[in-house]
Amino acid sequence: MCLGVPGKILAIKENGLALVDVDGNQMDVSIRLTPEVEINQYVLIHAGFAMEIMDEEVARETMQLIKELENNEFATGVFEPSAG
Amino acid sequence: MSSQPEYLSRLLDEIVKEEREIALMEVCGTHTMAIAKSGLRALLPHNLKLLSGPGCPVCVTAQGDIDAVIELAQKPGVIMVTFGDMMRVPGTTSSLQEARSQGADIRVAYSPLDALAIAQRNPDKEVVFLGIGFETTAPAVAICADQARVQGLSNFSVFSLHKVVPPALEVIFSMPDMKIDGLICPGHVSVVIGLEPYIKLVEEYHRPCVVTGFETQDILEGIYMLIKQIRQGEAKAEIQYQRVVKSAGNPVAQQILEEVFQPSDARWRGIGNIPESGLEFRPEYQAFDARKRFNIADREDIPIKGCACGEVLTGKITPQDCALFGRACTPLKPIGPCMVSHEGACAAYYRYSPPTPSKKG
Repeated sequence: MCLGVPGKILAIKENGLALVDVDGNQMDVSIRLTPEVEINQYVLIHAGFAMEIMDEEVARETMQLIKELENNEFATGVFEPSAG
Repeated sequence: MSSQPEYLSRLLDEIVKEEREIALMEVCGTHTMAIAKSGLRALLPHNLKLLSGPGCPVCVTAQGDIDAVIELAQKPGVIMVTFGDMMRVPGTTSSLQEARSQGADIRVAYSPLDALAIAQRNPDKEVVFLGIGFETTAPAVAICADQARVQGLSNFSVFSLHKVVPPALEVIFSMPDMKIDGLICPGHVSVVIGLEPYIKLVEEYHRPCVVTGFETQDILEGIYMLIKQIRQGEAKAEIQYQRVVKSAGNPVAQQILEEVFQPSDARWRGIGNIPESGLEFRPEYQAFDARKRFNIADREDIPIKGCACGEVLTGKITPQDCALFGRACTPLKPIGPCMVSHEGACAAYYRYSPPTPSKKG
């Protein structure tokens, strides 16, 4: 879906990647679309890419919304891969 | 300062005051879901209609394109990598899920970066990423093609069915049988494209456009901003979702899209061909174009019998008006794509306002 997932930047790595925390899970995402991002900032992640930098409060409310929307029998979880 | 429930109720009161017949359209699958979940439609007066538009990328993919994808996935030596919501979309005779059960190598990925990694691990296979999505997704795919070029990865290609939203909005505004008074514009597509495409739209069609977030409060504010403009006889492009969307969009994403892709004709389910609404590789990146690599010709769109997804996607009918809705077509046994993708209008309506058993079909 076109709804990104918020994550917190834990470390900037090589090759345009960063280690992020998404709701307690750590994963690598590409920061090629947000090259100015810094450690401890929050980003909106879509399809493995940080699309935009966001503040912590917006990140928290977006994660809450995703959990509400995904809480139905057709969605398999927050990280369901989708095209939106 | 008032509490949130008080604020929501005040917003709703302001909206309900409007007595004119007004039709607003949302063009984002996440809005479709969020509106259905919020129960807002039941709270709004009958004169105020919220219609779902062509906002779900899987749903708007043409039937002929789905058939071509399924056929390519079955080619020996091909690994097809796709987002999960494409797996169950029915083609004319099969689906990617059925093709996989019959032995085709089809893998679900979270990111196109996964497809690059699969290509690196399988140098003797052709790895094709199924590029479906609007401006939110296409920059990620563009970066992967660029990365494949830099790495000299010759067994990676993309079947680009990417589409851009603004040309479809123009078509919606131009339809003689549709009267849309304002648009609830997509939140995260706009993170990339910014406000400019909507400024052009309002100049041309004189109907308000408001980029809106996904919370119930966002949606009510977005609707209120649209109605306020309509009351005042104005047509402006505005951003309600300023917490995330900037007027300029994401210039880095716009630039990579521009570098890798060029506009092309694209077929949309329910609408047909829309000039310059697709994204095809520029000549410098043609080596990564799966259509060229595998000589894929355009396929005819064979309609699914009885399926009204096309009418649903253009807001001409609501899902409950389709004869198949909730009877022959359910999320467990979907007939059309709008019931497959969980952000499709039919799936959202089914989940949050299912058909009543007593209603005769």
